[in-house]
Amino acid sequence: MTDQPDRLGQGGRIDRSRALSFTFDGRAYAGWSGDTLASALLANGVHLVGRSFKYHRPRGVYAAGVEEPNALVTLRKGGRHEPNVAATTVELFDGLVAESQNRWPSLGLDMLGAIDRLPPVFAAGFYYKTFLGPTRKAWMFYERLIRRTGGMGKPPGQPDPDRYEKAHAFCDVLVVGGGPSGLAAALAAGRDGARVVVVENEPVLGGSLLARPRGGESDAWLAAAIDELAALPNVRVMTRTTAFGAYDNLVFGLAERVNDHLAEPPPYQPRQRYWVLRARRAVLASGMIERPIVFGNNDLPGVMLASAARCYLNRYAALAGRTVVAFTNNDSAYDAAIELAAAGADVSMVDVRRQIPGQLERQARDAGVSLLLGHAVGGANGRRAVDSVDVIEFDAASPSAGAVKSRLPCDLVAVSGGWTPTLHLLAQRGSKPVFDETLAMLVPEVVPEGFRVVGGAAAEEAPLAGLAPERSLATIAPVWAIADPLGARPRKKFVDIQNDVTTDDISLAHLEGYEAVEHLKRYTSQGMGTDQGKTSNLNALAILAGLRDEPRGTVGTTTYRPPYTPVSIGALGGAGTGQHFMPVRRSPIHDWHQGNGAVFTDAGLWQRPWYYPKAGESLDAAYVREAGEVRDGVGMVDVSSLGKIDVQGPDAADFLDRVYVNNWRSLPVGKARYGVMLRADGIVLDDGTTSRISEDHYFMTTTTANAGVVMTQFEFLLQAAWPELKVQVTSVTGQWAGIAVAGPRSRDLLARLVVDLDFDNDAFPFMGVRHGHAGDIPVRLLRISFSGELAYEVYTPADYGEELWRAVHDHGREFGLVVYGTEALGALRIEKGHVAGPEIDGRTTLSDLGLERMASKKKPYLGGALMEREGLTEADRPRLVGLETTDRGTKLRAGAILCQPGRHQGHGIGVVTSVTYSPALGGNIGIGLLAGGMSREGEVIDAVFPLRGEVVAVRVRSPHFVDPEGERLHA
Amino acid sequence: MTRYSALSLIRNALAGNRGWPRAWRDAQPRAEYDVVIVGGGGHGLASAYYLAREHGVSKVAVLEKGYVGGGNTGRNTTIVRSNYMIDGNTRFYEWSMKLWEGLSRDLNFNVMFSQRGQLNLCHSKAQMDAAARRGNIMRLNGIDAELLSRHEVRRMAPILDFSDRARFPIHGALWQQRAGTARHDAVAWGYARAADRHGVDIIQQCEVTGLIRDQGRVVGVDTTRGPIRAGKVGLAVAGHTSELAAMAGLRLPIETHLLQAFVTEPVKPVLDVVVAFGAAHLYVSQSDHGGLVMGGDLDGYNSYEQRGDLPIVEETMAAVKSLLPLVSRLRILRQWSGVMDMTMDGSPIICKAPVDGLYINGGWCYGGFKATPASGWCFAHTIANDRAHDLSARFTMERFHRGHQLDEKGMGPIPGAH
Amino acid sequence: MLRIACPYCGERDQVEFAYGGDASEGFPELADSDVGRWTKFVFVRENPRGVHGEYWHHQYGCRQWLRVVRDTVTHQVHSVAPARQGDRT
Repeated sequence: MTDQPDRLGQGGRIDRSRALSFTFDGRAYAGWSGDTLASALLANGVHLVGRSFKYHRPRGVYAAGVEEPNALVTLRKGGRHEPNVAATTVELFDGLVAESQNRWPSLGLDMLGAIDRLPPVFAAGFYYKTFLGPTRKAWMFYERLIRRTGGMGKPPGQPDPDRYEKAHAFCDVLVVGGGPSGLAAALAAGRDGARVVVVENEPVLGGSLLARPRGGESDAWLAAAIDELAALPNVRVMTRTTAFGAYDNLVFGLAERVNDHLAEPPPYQPRQRYWVLRARRAVLASGMIERPIVFGNNDLPGVMLASAARCYLNRYAALAGRTVVAFTNNDSAYDAAIELAAAGADVSMVDVRRQIPGQLERQARDAGVSLLLGHAVGGANGRRAVDSVDVIEFDAASPSAGAVKSRLPCDLVAVSGGWTPTLHLLAQRGSKPVFDETLAMLVPEVVPEGFRVVGGAAAEEAPLAGLAPERSLATIAPVWAIADPLGARPRKKFVDIQNDVTTDDISLAHLEGYEAVEHLKRYTSQGMGTDQGKTSNLNALAILAGLRDEPRGTVGTTTYRPPYTPVSIGALGGAGTGQHFMPVRRSPIHDWHQGNGAVFTDAGLWQRPWYYPKAGESLDAAYVREAGEVRDGVGMVDVSSLGKIDVQGPDAADFLDRVYVNNWRSLPVGKARYGVMLRADGIVLDDGTTSRISEDHYFMTTTTANAGVVMTQFEFLLQAAWPELKVQVTSVTGQWAGIAVAGPRSRDLLARLVVDLDFDNDAFPFMGVRHGHAGDIPVRLLRISFSGELAYEVYTPADYGEELWRAVHDHGREFGLVVYGTEALGALRIEKGHVAGPEIDGRTTLSDLGLERMASKKKPYLGGALMEREGLTEADRPRLVGLETTDRGTKLRAGAILCQPGRHQGHGIGVVTSVTYSPALGGNIGIGLLAGGMSREGEVIDAVFPLRGEVVAVRVRSPHFVDPEGERLHA
Repeated sequence: MTRYSALSLIRNALAGNRGWPRAWRDAQPRAEYDVVIVGGGGHGLASAYYLAREHGVSKVAVLEKGYVGGGNTGRNTTIVRSNYMIDGNTRFYEWSMKLWEGLSRDLNFNVMFSQRGQLNLCHSKAQMDAAARRGNIMRLNGIDAELLSRHEVRRMAPILDFSDRARFPIHGALWQQRAGTARHDAVAWGYARAADRHGVDIIQQCEVTGLIRDQGRVVGVDTTRGPIRAGKVGLAVAGHTSELAAMAGLRLPIETHLLQAFVTEPVKPVLDVVVAFGAAHLYVSQSDHGGLVMGGDLDGYNSYEQRGDLPIVEETMAAVKSLLPLVSRLRILRQWSGVMDMTMDGSPIICKAPVDGLYINGGWCYGGFKATPASGWCFAHTIANDRAHDLSARFTMERFHRGHQLDEKGMGPIPGAH
Repeated sequence: MLRIACPYCGERDQVEFAYGGDASEGFPELADSDVGRWTKFVFVRENPRGVHGEYWHHQYGCRQWLRVVRDTVTHQVHSVAPARQGDRT
């Protein structure tokens, strides 16, 4: 560890009682609590911090806040590895590890730096003009090389161990910015009793006051303001928090860096918290950001914003340079110059203006600053850091560059080209700032309702009544870029330092007609870096305006896009990721399935038992066994995920008549009926069974997938379309557990279990509905069948679900009961030719599915009119058929395309939608949609599966493979 | 006209890059054109280019209210693919793919078409079956497609979540190697430059304010730069098709919705293919610049404002973090939005309007970018010949009335769901 | 973030609601078998740039369908009323 050569012996707002150690590129350094990584590096005399994106030029710290374009580093190690972090925004903590990036092999010697010395082949848009050959695929070759040079930091290689949270907040007044004007606004609102939230990006309040010398009158004011705010219970101050976006209805997105200032978050605490804040009013007190004047080699380490040099001096007691050239076109840089001189630096001030306010001149001369008025910095010199600047005479009225007049040695160039109010949040709301010619800055024009802009953001000079005003803004001489001096070697003049966009790039874009601001941005990538051009966009626009020979105001600005500063995906994604990405729906019997070896499958949000393998059993073996045992004896399956809707009211039958294609009025109490419903456009939406429980009460089941859609549609119809109907619908999916008991022995089993019901075929016929008890458990029994077997669906209130399941399971033992999952369920329904999700795919009609006879001719129903459109009634539409492989042992695959033999092309003549091995038939079967449908019965066609190079001959037959007459159902 | 090449690049660099000509002329509107295309996005510019090049229509203007490529062309996530299943879509998108494959050389402008391949992930057996159907149809139509196992997907994109923490484990994927990305702005600029070379006037800052009618026929447009007469007027203004069509008294099967996209800070290569999540609306790729480019679901309500909101930001970020857990600490740099023509079946409209002299190209939903070349190709054909191109014959407006929807997803007439 | 004042529940974030689309066309009579009429209702949209009457469903709230008047450019919500009142403006 070294001492800190460029740290002043006293002063600053750092805590010298708490020493911290950190490493940069493997070397150990010391800093103080209150430092940023950037201030600590500067205090340690480290000026070379990174390499630039395109030219790999050496770069240093350029700013002191979120606007930093240059000093990007990679922070931390392992799972907490974080690339592209601006060192100026990193609070130093003990043990911090940082690495420079985008260099090879090392920061000091970067081989790719050679690019910088080539002729300007790599100017803006160069890749649009080359890599065009020699072949059509040439780009794929070049791209691989180019991709490797892209990017900056390395991506993380391990999972993020930290947690993130989302939180909600409401307030009357949101104050964005904890500087003097924000604090004043917060105090005023807070004293009035309003619920106030103040968000401040920095760890401490004070904003621009923190860059002033310590101990002034502003410090006293600041301390008092902080105390008073802390005492107001209705004011909440959130530091380390960025208002990154302003959205509709005064809703703001905030990113709180809860624990980024620590090596790792304390136990049970999140790393970052994303807030959704709803405000009634918003005060934008986000201050201003300084911008530079552009000149040759203005990217060298040691060139920095004057305000940054001042901030490092006064806030961090770090001297960014000892031989300083300040270069400005406005008054504000004089503070930095005077204070640096007072701290012992040798300061020369180069000001493009021939005349400056008298008081300013006196103050500067008194402080020992040597003044060069009417001059400009025509370029900087140095290899890895600035060592001198070339000064030229300058006349703002005719800004053609003269010859180099003198060369000033220096190790710091503190540059100021004026200030840009931070109006991003306002602009995000569509209120673009406009250019003020007098102030040479963007100022708010239309302030949207609910917003107020104060302080620097509003281009106000004095932060507060009673405090010494900042320097005047109006004395600025608008100067944007200094051309190469006469006779001097051309140097790159960087506008967007991060993306290596130079004035030449802007000229080239303009020359080629990319002269709209958005074209300029996109052609050169100006302002598209991690800093979003906070220090460079206005310069670019002004230079473009100059090229277009137009006033700056008419050129416009690019769109300000959220976020104001980059926000982690982790924070925005909140806790709802990984296993919690979406809720999991489980049946009330889930635990039993889990305890009894079920393999689960996702069905929408539901987890359903897929199959129950015995030791060593594959999916195929398991489902074939399960399905076979159902047909031979009895089986049970959990159908709790089926949608269930209670339909009640005197008009319930009328309602069902309208939403189902078939008739419902004639259904007697105690009976169930299969129904199909359509979308308004005549396409089949869903199917299921509805039971009439009593005169005005029906119990509907829907498919698992469509439960929500059907319920929502019903509510719409009853509330918006047919409010006259006296019907109430209630989703009861979660209220009921459902168990299907199927197989020839299901009656015997259930009769043993539910002893208060008569299971005789006449007393409880097919499609009958009965209520009884299984022991103490109340049950609703529907004698319906998805498998084609004698079968019942047994429903019970969800809390009884597992108990009922166990009861059926226990009683089933003597009947050889098998527990089966969705795969066997599917096999059984395919054997029976029942349609399900793969067939009801949102494109099929009733007649496509062979259900046209269900449609009532006596009454209208939803979807009936559009079902008759010509495209939906064409004779050659694919219609439901059964398929069996001609070679029984050959497997059929879902998704195979049905084709005429020898004509394997285009879209074929149909598709295989569902397949299974049929234990009942002892062969491979499927159902599908085939042009011509059952008119092709008996034909042998090809099921083509080019993805696997398979062609399987299949015979078309009835989809009702098992028991087409329904004898087993009615048995 | 300077041809772009490595040689011209070097020659100009040595001359200080001061000799480059404008990429396209800053044309001033003339009083009359054979064809006026409204909309200077990729589709409009491509239409003009093919009208001039393929059909020899000499006097063509493209009118752009802002700047070329400033709409959805420059706002999408740049994905190009041809994995369409519905008859009527499949061959159209494949023709587009074929045009993409030759586009950079055709336009003499590198649009950086990168056939890095796309994974459409499947998270259940049912999704694998649906993917198989799609892939088989692609193959039967001469389009490349492969069905990949979980293991194969992992080899291709190890950064995806293959841990047991995944809410929706990856079962496999449908893979199209020829799919990929292109540089979106370059497509607009490349077509603009090439169209200009064929004599097309590209007129920026020229907003159409009305249609000029003569006995019912559209014979020109009123613009902010004065009236312009035209033999035929073609609309290629996706996002605003309803507004322009309303000037002719037409109502369309279209709703305008806003769609957001996101890009992270640039990092070194971590994802070499395009990935579409199968459990939520999310697609992600990594640009050559290094940023991860992501798109999510629509904001969900009709909107003409290019400004997305937080709910979709959260949803998309939760999805991307679920799919690529390693990106948790990467940061979102920019979020932007475009407004989409969402049709009632998710498929586009390219047709002659029921009003003489007017032609409509719109309804591109999410998928306009990849369609750009074929869209221009077919629209040019429709305008030049007054009848549909075979490949776009089913992109009519009457298909809804006639029951010929092209519903790739089977979501029905809910535009936000496509 | 849209904030919708549900007449039953009060002002809530949009995420509690599901969008139901254009509310300008009245629901056709079920007995009306005219394909043109239904096509218009199901498929054709005014799609205005500006004030738009639309349905929202308070899905994660009272589950009432609401008729909302909202601007498609500013996103400002002008009015919210229960859909069952049947006012078709």
